[in-house]
Amino acid sequence: MATRPRLSEIERWERETFGRIPERDAPFSTISGEPVKPLYGVGDLPVDLEEAVGLPGEFPFTRGVYGSMYRGRLWTMRQFAGFGTAQETNRRFRYLLEHGQTGLSTAFDMPSLMGHDSDDLRSLGEVGREGVAVDTVLDMEALFAGIPLDRVSVSMTINAPAPIMLAFYVVAAERRGIGPERLAGTIQTDILKEYIAQKEWCFPVDPAMRLVTDMIEWCAGRMPRWHPISISGYHIREAGSTAAQELAFTLKDGLTYVEQALARGLQVDSFAPRLSFFFNAHIDFFEEIAKYRAARRIWARELRETFGARDQRSLLMRFHTQTAGVSLTAQQPLNNIVRTAIEALAGVLGGTQSLHTNSFDEALALPTEQAVRVALRTQQIIAEETGVTNTIDPLGGSYFIEALTDRLEAQAYEYFAKIDQLGGMVQAVKQGYPQREIADAAFRYQQELESGLRKLVGVNSYTEGSEQPTPILRIDPAFETDQVERVREARARRDGPAAEAALAGLAAAAREPRENLMPFLLDAARAHATEGEIVRSLQGVFGSYTESPAF
Amino acid sequence: MTARQKKIRVVVAKPGLDGHDRGAKIIARALRDAGMEVIYTGLHQTPEQIVETVIQEDADAVGLSILSGAHMTLVPRIMQLLAEQGADDVVVTLGGTIPSDDIAELKQLGVAEVFTPGAPTQQAIDFIRGAVRA
Repeated sequence: MATRPRLSEIERWERETFGRIPERDAPFSTISGEPVKPLYGVGDLPVDLEEAVGLPGEFPFTRGVYGSMYRGRLWTMRQFAGFGTAQETNRRFRYLLEHGQTGLSTAFDMPSLMGHDSDDLRSLGEVGREGVAVDTVLDMEALFAGIPLDRVSVSMTINAPAPIMLAFYVVAAERRGIGPERLAGTIQTDILKEYIAQKEWCFPVDPAMRLVTDMIEWCAGRMPRWHPISISGYHIREAGSTAAQELAFTLKDGLTYVEQALARGLQVDSFAPRLSFFFNAHIDFFEEIAKYRAARRIWARELRETFGARDQRSLLMRFHTQTAGVSLTAQQPLNNIVRTAIEALAGVLGGTQSLHTNSFDEALALPTEQAVRVALRTQQIIAEETGVTNTIDPLGGSYFIEALTDRLEAQAYEYFAKIDQLGGMVQAVKQGYPQREIADAAFRYQQELESGLRKLVGVNSYTEGSEQPTPILRIDPAFETDQVERVREARARRDGPAAEAALAGLAAAAREPRENLMPFLLDAARAHATEGEIVRSLQGVFGSYTESPAF
Repeated sequence: MTARQKKIRVVVAKPGLDGHDRGAKIIARALRDAGMEVIYTGLHQTPEQIVETVIQEDADAVGLSILSGAHMTLVPRIMQLLAEQGADDVVVTLGGTIPSDDIAELKQLGVAEVFTPGAPTQQAIDFIRGAVRA
């Protein structure tokens, strides 16, 4: 390696400076526990800066996936919403569109995420609580009533039952005369991170991976404007991971979906352009920006060099960002507006394609309309007032940012190697490896907080005795009763034998490993089979999943 | 053995459908590191399953963790089942996103303490120690 005289110049500076003035008592490390030097210089830049950083829209895409970035088009402001019944969420969607939001994002309730109908005993108390309840295609129709599905892009945050919800959505659009080729949006579908972090599953790992691949395959031919999967680090981070773990596990999950689709016989360029990502924007500003930049570079390299992608669009790591729910505090909740603004800015400086900003009251309950409006306005202020969108990747070339980007990239490859030693990500997940790594990181952070090493304003420093109560959103328990009625009525009114035949057809297809299940799910949706019935019929073939409870 | 020498036995439980287990796992580790015997139920437990575990494990306390907003349905059911089983001497604590209005109501039902986001684990350790030994 070439000698780097300027680095030793920094060392001299550091000795002289801190020899005279001691450093204050603070950790001087990122929230992930990575040490940070007092000063970075030329010697911290990659040796081949031009090659490692490049230009926006050009390999390795470190500086952005598109050439024009925000000078061409701003990111999509996409606030996640959903609660109560489909009609209620439909009203919130229209409200958001009227206030300048440019895409929709659907939150489902816990029973929908876990594949239970609203009248299932296990759904008691959970219907419409954390998102919208969708039991049949009729609910999906009500959810998007009056919304131009061929013009608004729609995101759905659901994983284990994603193929079922996509079937509901496609059939709901079909009934309005909108073909699947005109539907734009994203469905999350990332089941690996469910086993790793979010823990909402319906089936064991292998059949769940088959369902994901069935969907990717089906969408590759028919839904050119649809992203069949959003490979998500968000929940990995929320579960307490470090930035490097979020980056590494998410990209490894993504590479695993690519391998599975290739094993199915698909050509990489037939589906890779439709893969998208979803990352967290945590409070450690520079580490987050570096994480997105590293992610783009790794993905482009792996797709081109490992999988031989030729279509440039296959190389683009496009991503949605959400600010960190876990960084919000119940204490002094207005402070959360500031946290969210800083996190959102990190997402923008990191080149995100779409963004959700959390509302300040979310450590207490689902957000009120006022809190949601402030969150959306935060994005609009960043976009329209701050000037940060004038130039592309404004932090590119910063000694510190480039050094962090390199370090995160190297840490991701270290994790890739460990996971490969365990036999790949599916095996690693079955062995609980990423789950343990995350739990350890979460515990370490909590200890740092409690020892006072890390400060959290309003929680372990600058606390206030008594606080003004914050008005919160209350979910009317009547939603649950209404929705239970709706699903029962849907079952009573449909052509019963047709629904049973569709479910039987689905189960038979599930027994044939080479059969793509999407057409059978569409038939079940058209026959008004409920989500719970569809999941039960698949579980009859696939079985269900229980995690061994370790801590 | 006297109560003073016996290790406190705590069941850490995740009722309902939400999979947010970061808090439950951190609490389980912290209680174990503080010298308690910890039984973690794992995810997606029904009130019936949780109460059965509490009885079988002869637990002194149970720490519930709920972040789904379903606490006003799940917790009263657990309290009722514990009473039916004659286990209403078990110290019940709850952690999660619990609005302050609900806390008073839950305490009336017999929940000993509610910990909201940001509460240090030491607070839970001290509370359980005090309440079980009392």
